Amino acid sequence: MPADPQTPVLRFDRVSVSFDDTPALADVSFQAYEGESRVIMGATGSGKTVLLKTALGLQRPDSGTVYVFGRDISRMRERELFEIRSRMGMLFQESALFDSLNIEDNVSYPLLNQASIHCPPEEVLPRVEEALKFVELEGTLEKFPSELSGGMRRRAAIARAVVTQPPLLLYDSPTAGLDPITANTIVALIVKERDLNKTTTLIVTYRYQDGNLVANFRYNPENGGLEPAAGHAGSQGGAAPRTVFMVLRDGRLVFEGPQTEIEASQDPYISKFVKHRE
Amino acid sequence: MFDFLKEPFIAVQEFFLLTGRALRNVASRPHYGDEILSQMDLIGVGSLPIVILTGLFAGAVMALQMSRALQQYGQQDQTGTLVSISLVRELGPVLTALMMAGRNSSGIASELGSMKVTEQIDAMRALGTDPIQKLVTPRMLATALMLPLLTILADFIGMFGGWFVSHFFLDLPSQQYWSNVWRALEWNDITQGLLKPFVFAFIISLVGCYYGLRASGGTQGVGRATTQSMVAASVLILILDFFLGKIFVSQGGS
Repeated sequence: MPADPQTPVLRFDRVSVSFDDTPALADVSFQAYEGESRVIMGATGSGKTVLLKTALGLQRPDSGTVYVFGRDISRMRERELFEIRSRMGMLFQESALFDSLNIEDNVSYPLLNQASIHCPPEEVLPRVEEALKFVELEGTLEKFPSELSGGMRRRAAIARAVVTQPPLLLYDSPTAGLDPITANTIVALIVKERDLNKTTTLIVTYRYQDGNLVANFRYNPENGGLEPAAGHAGSQGGAAPRTVFMVLRDGRLVFEGPQTEIEASQDPYISKFVKHRE
Repeated sequence: MFDFLKEPFIAVQEFFLLTGRALRNVASRPHYGDEILSQMDLIGVGSLPIVILTGLFAGAVMALQMSRALQQYGQQDQTGTLVSISLVRELGPVLTALMMAGRNSSGIASELGSMKVTEQIDAMRALGTDPIQKLVTPRMLATALMLPLLTILADFIGMFGGWFVSHFFLDLPSQQYWSNVWRALEWNDITQGLLKPFVFAFIISLVGCYYGLRASGGTQGVGRATTQSMVAASVLILILDFFLGKIFVSQGGS
């Protein structure tokens, strides 16, 4: 069901979520359109993860409405949600690979269990291998998550999130706890997935560099690396998709706009997240 | 004013909701047969050594202590009767269940708790699986199938332990012991002895799952869930044992 370009892929309408009377999201509204990238920043406990979980329907809003692919998921039953979730991919903060399953079974899990993915049995292994090749983790099929390093686990989890080729991808702190080199590899994978499959992408991060890479770089299929997008020095290719920055503070959406605006912001909280480019 | 009651009430309500959903899932698809089998192996076969040891020494100790009491009335040859009744009605089901609570309630709580705090439960939901269907129902069914069997085993091993003491320490004739053991039992005892483990199985598995699934706060939370599940399961087993015993005793029978 291709989304009408006028219908937002993901829409929050005055969504509030609270835990034991502590608000985690307060009156958050935004709309993400097809092909768009959104970089969500904010301090720890500002509601970034809750926002992604609410988008997936793992967390129900106390008030307000969440629309995914134009459908109201706020009051949907769990079984109905499975169909919507099979068109979304999620990378959890600590990867959340299943400890008891090896990498092959972890990555094939969505193919075998997602409600509306009807993957013929003979295609499962090739697709798992393809997804692992995408994250450059071939040859780890038989390994268990505990045998992999943090960065490799993150990559395996990305493979699990993208194996069904969902049009909407949510990444929760994909670079948290990783060294800068591995972190850049992970963001490069996210950009690669976005540009090859034209996915709508939400990234929660506290590293401004990640947002900057997403906003200004694109994947070059010829050399397999990232290159500056159109409008930047050294650019040869097309433009990067529209990237919107969002800043959360204590559950409130305090900023939403393009990179130029976030860099120009005088607000001390917002500008704390911005490291100006050289 | 009654705010302090709010939390326990919510906990009980959530426990019953979980129980309801786990039971409802027994009839609905998809079924995870492999999961049930592997849990039966883990919960049932894995508990064999501990159940055998518990049963053996429970029976032996019963014979030892009861013979002392029976001696006062000159009825020491009735040792088999007492061992048999107390094992089948009480000690077999309760001790086995308590051992399983220590081993499996806590095991389930720590496993599910770790999955909860590392977001694996969320990941499961995000990837199209109902964690209750995939994790809770198989554990519940596996325990409900295995605990009665383990209890029967514990009963027999306990009778053997009683025989060992009667024969080697009390010098009672073997044949007398075994015929007393056999004659002492009535249908009421057997029904009670098998119904109890079946009920306890739900306590053991569901309490473990309940505490595991609501674990929060990292590894510390998992530790807390593990301890709480074991304590709650043990206490509930003893309380329920009293009420089940009451029902059977007031229904007549010996």
